[in-house]
Amino acid sequence: MKFITAIIKPFKLDEVREALSAIGVQGLTVTEVKGFGRQKGHTELYRGAEYVVDFLPKVKVEVAVKSEMVDQVLEAIEKSANTGKIGDGKIFIYDLEQVVRIRTGETGPEAL
Amino acid sequence: MKKLIALVLLWLGLALAGGAVAQTKPAEQGDKAPAATTTTTITETVKVESKEGTVTETVKVEEKTAAPAAPVPNKGDTGFMYVATVLVTLMTIPGLALFYGGLVRQKNMLSVLMQVLVVFSLLAVLWALYGYSLAFTAGNPFFGSFDKVFLRGITPDSVAATFSKGVVIPEYVFVLFQLTFAAITPCLIVGAFAERMKFSAVLIFMVIWFTFSYLPIAHMVWYWDGPDAITDAKTLEAVQANAGWLWAKGALDFAGGTVVHINAGVAGLVGAYLIGKRIGLGKEAFTPHSLTLTMVGASLLWVGWFGFNVGSNLEANGTAMLAFANTMLATAAAVLSWTFLEWIFKGKPSMLGAASGAVAGLVAVTPACGFVGPMGAIVLGLVAGAVCLWGVNGLKRMLGADDALDVFGVHAVGGILGALLTGVLCAPALGGTGIYDYVTNAVSPDYSIGGQVVIQATGVVTTIIWSAVVSLIAYKITDMVVGLRVTEEEEREGLDITQHGESAYHA
Repeated sequence: MKFITAIIKPFKLDEVREALSAIGVQGLTVTEVKGFGRQKGHTELYRGAEYVVDFLPKVKVEVAVKSEMVDQVLEAIEKSANTGKIGDGKIFIYDLEQVVRIRTGETGPEAL
Repeated sequence: MKKLIALVLLWLGLALAGGAVAQTKPAEQGDKAPAATTTTTITETVKVESKEGTVTETVKVEEKTAAPAAPVPNKGDTGFMYVATVLVTLMTIPGLALFYGGLVRQKNMLSVLMQVLVVFSLLAVLWALYGYSLAFTAGNPFFGSFDKVFLRGITPDSVAATFSKGVVIPEYVFVLFQLTFAAITPCLIVGAFAERMKFSAVLIFMVIWFTFSYLPIAHMVWYWDGPDAITDAKTLEAVQANAGWLWAKGALDFAGGTVVHINAGVAGLVGAYLIGKRIGLGKEAFTPHSLTLTMVGASLLWVGWFGFNVGSNLEANGTAMLAFANTMLATAAAVLSWTFLEWIFKGKPSMLGAASGAVAGLVAVTPACGFVGPMGAIVLGLVAGAVCLWGVNGLKRMLGADDALDVFGVHAVGGILGALLTGVLCAPALGGTGIYDYVTNAVSPDYSIGGQVVIQATGVVTTIIWSAVVSLIAYKITDMVVGLRVTEEEEREGLDITQHGESAYHA
């Protein structure tokens, strides 16, 4: 099993969710986050005071899948979140040791 | 804190005593009327009430007839002044409170709202106790007298003079209209030391400053016996001798450029210097927490300001509507000039810039609104937008004080500009009204721009020095009594929680 974290542009969330549903991903978790990468921040000017805003708003999508699905998931996210412009985000993949479905107590791939 | 409580108790005691005194003397009349009885007639009163006569016609009637009769307030004028007074209240709470509140960080939102609300209320009460008397009775050129403390002697039949002979308004509406001015002015200062001053210190400072800066300057600029007292050169001299110092000099301040805006702006700057910069200024982001609320506040200010400026005419006539037109046009012009200059020099036209431009225009047109023509008002607004934009940028950096919400850069700078340009744009040659001569009962044919600007500058310099000195002493006394500033931890946590025990927003 693998755990995939994708940082994407906020307005791409719906497309990513649709692409993941289409390949059979059963569930995911979304968090609004802030951060920076190669994309520059912006400056805000309030009367005489100028502030540099380094952290830009992004969306973090987390999804746990069976190992054989990883390539499909990566491709789906990559295609749906891509705009070709700087700041599209990144995808991180981890090994996932164990999963438990709280309601039934099922574990492993059964619980995904 | 004990001293504060003692002070409050003292006021309450005085208030109760004053109520008793006022009740025992119900028949005592206001002292503004006596001169009127010699120059006004029944015929004239009818003419004024039917609203057919202009000022000059009214005067002709006066000369022909001799039977004396006290003028009676016109119902239209009374209703007009009531609405104007209500509008100035709206302009302060919630207008000014929201305008300022949106500009601070979330953790200090309630402290700003609370300071404006309570300072307004505190000074409203003090105005009735002794403020009105010290500002608007004859005394010396700098202070009035204690003749009307606790509003003694004022009854529903008392009248106050306007700027037209034979036209009066109920004294109560004059007291209340001027109350709103006295109460909003100190609220303006709150913006300068926002986000770091103790609430108790704010209140103590305001009482001292109101008593020794607002009241004398209002008296100096606005107190006179009224037009009915002037019939010839000799009576004019007597009125001038009795009037406030700057009024006698001929300083023009229609609605409070000096009394309200320069006065408050200077007090704010002195406060910003003495209290020091907010912790983290220049390192952390001090971004406004809600420009939406700032826009709501700025809009309420604009609407309320019509009461402020137009009501300052004290009667509903053509000059009032000139002030209405000028207030509208100067403000719109200032929005445009601030917006386009910011667009050109800073890259983007910001909403905060446009809202600040509106306030700058309103401030600058305040002393001018009944004296200049509509085109003069547009010029004034365009210049005000540009100069106040500099006031919150270049000038602010030069001064080096953390005037948090730019009270000096907008109110003092706009007020000074407006006061000086009133001297220029009042000239009939530039579309202004010129100066009305109550001896000849016509606009004076001579108008010297240079001479008037010098008089205006006298008013400006007097106000700056007076307010600066009083503020300095008032802050020092406050500092000795309770201390001006909250502790570092309290400042970091925010004034809402540490001073008032509540939060503006819950996620």
